[in-house]
Amino acid sequence: MTRQRLTPARLGPSDVLRTGAAGLRTRPARVVLSALGIAIGIATMIAVLGISSSSREQLLRQLDRLGTNLLTVAPGQTVFGEEAKLPVEALGMVRRIGPVRTASATGTVDTTIRRTDRIPKAVTGGIAVQAATADLLTTLEGRVVKGAWLNAATEARPAVVLGAKAAERLGISRTGVQVWMGERWFTVVGVLGPMPLAPEIERSALVGFPAAEKYLGFDGHPTTVYERSAEESVEAVRAVLPRTVNPENPEEVTVSRPSDALAARAAAASAFTNLLLGLGAVALLVGGVGVANTMVISVLERRKEIGLRRSLGATRGQVRLQFLAESLLLSALGGIVGAALGGLATAGYALSRDWPPVVPAWAFAGAVGATLVIGTLAGLYPAMRAARLSPTVALATT
Amino acid sequence: MSIQQPEQPYVVELREVTKVYGGVRALRGVDLLVGRGELVAIAGPSGSGKSTLLHLIGTLDRPTTGTVRIAGHDVAGLSDRELSALRARHLGFVFQQFHLAPGVSALDNVADGLLYTGTPLRARRERAAAALERVGLGHRLGHRPNQLSGGEQQRVAVARAVAGDPPLLLADEPTGNLDSAAGAEVLGVLRDLHAAGTTIAVITHDPEIAEWCPRQVRVRDGNVVADAGAGTGRRPPGPNPKRTPETAPNAETAGAAKGAPR
Repeated sequence: MTRQRLTPARLGPSDVLRTGAAGLRTRPARVVLSALGIAIGIATMIAVLGISSSSREQLLRQLDRLGTNLLTVAPGQTVFGEEAKLPVEALGMVRRIGPVRTASATGTVDTTIRRTDRIPKAVTGGIAVQAATADLLTTLEGRVVKGAWLNAATEARPAVVLGAKAAERLGISRTGVQVWMGERWFTVVGVLGPMPLAPEIERSALVGFPAAEKYLGFDGHPTTVYERSAEESVEAVRAVLPRTVNPENPEEVTVSRPSDALAARAAAASAFTNLLLGLGAVALLVGGVGVANTMVISVLERRKEIGLRRSLGATRGQVRLQFLAESLLLSALGGIVGAALGGLATAGYALSRDWPPVVPAWAFAGAVGATLVIGTLAGLYPAMRAARLSPTVALATT
Repeated sequence: MSIQQPEQPYVVELREVTKVYGGVRALRGVDLLVGRGELVAIAGPSGSGKSTLLHLIGTLDRPTTGTVRIAGHDVAGLSDRELSALRARHLGFVFQQFHLAPGVSALDNVADGLLYTGTPLRARRERAAAALERVGLGHRLGHRPNQLSGGEQQRVAVARAVAGDPPLLLADEPTGNLDSAAGAEVLGVLRDLHAAGTTIAVITHDPEIAEWCPRQVRVRDGNVVADAGAGTGRRPPGPNPKRTPETAPNAETAGAAKGAPR
């Protein structure tokens, strides 16, 4: 027998996996329970991230659909703190701004709308009565769900179009119904659909400017001017609007962009989301501790197996690798189940809300990364213990 | 098998070996030479130091002083990794408690014995099947340990130890957990392996099993007190103690299987 150098054989990846899985196969119940901790943590984090990004996706799609080129002009306050008024000719001025495509106005009318004259004046249901120009629907890109919008004939007649919420609160779902406004009956000629960019219109009863002036004592001052321009000139238009609308007191004019509110909601990661993410992280940590605990017990129980493997020629490194592989497999199992559960929870919640289900790819990547880190950390100490075990001591265990 | 070639050293070579655990001198200067093809009993009562001797021969432990050479390699000069490689290629162990993996088929239990030799899985399984054939368990490849009798389990463990054709097989009380009939099965297997040329050291406290081996090394209080000398273990063993080896596989199949994986 010639003396050759003794070098231990390397274990191939499949053999490392086989030895790592060997310890798991014989104790399925324990495997399920300790992987469950990791699964719950990963599922929570994936679901939280998934649901918040689904909601964001929904808002962004809505924004896409509604456009971001709508600006509203409203009176602010005078320097003395009183309510300012927009000049009567404000709408005409806005229409003369070059890039403005369409502009229209509403004006608040100081009256109420009630189903009948028997209902007390104070019961308004939070519904505002507003005068509206005939092209308001075009500017807001709104939609009539019942009847028709005001036309050249009806805007001078006692006819009213109800916003979606207003109609709901009044309990009116068809046209032709009479309602009591001011001191006379008006006929409902139309009901509008939802308007996410102008929720105030949803809560309004709209009559034509001429009708408001004729029947309801409206003074003709618009309270909101809506304006749409080309997307690229929104900022330029915004800059000139106050001066255009009220050349004498431009500071008494406030200009706002309704889509900004939606965009801000889309951008904001709520504190609640962060809290839930933190909870998920805690669950993950506890899951990791569970895996570490399982691994420590596994090493204690399997001293004889460790001794046997050493006698079969396993190096310390190979024993360490076996237990590390086992720990990684255990947490990977939890991670995969957790990611699947989190994905399902996101899909279920999003679909029930009619949102597009979205889980960002980085969340899955993060889940895989977290799982690997936790598996390594949880397995490191038990694996070192297993590797340090002297073969004679391991074999002497009874 | 019968002629020791000059360049072939002893399979086991212990010179002036002592081992001290804490303050206890478990071995007090042991010399032991085992040549190729010998069947040796290392016998002694408990506490005699025979387990320590097993650990040193098995390279599971290092001597306090003295030289241990296994298959020509001086253990003192080897790192832990090199010792592992030595065990993987040159040593086979059989334990009193079998140490089979529960829930794993006999075939895979034996095949896993070759895991650390760098043999690919398919070849491991082929050699495992051959080894199980050799110990007379060719018809039990798919059985799990709990579906096998004690004797059969120990024969699986023997198959695992010899699947890689190690130059030395160490059997620590191989019949200690078995009744007489099952013990006879295992001794029958060892007899056939010995006949086919495997070097075997049986560690036992049972005088009858020691008598059965052609060479006996008697250990007491950390010293070798009787040894017929190197080379005397090449004779066939005596008749099985107390019973006849009717359940043992025949030597013909053992020899054929032995030749295959070389």
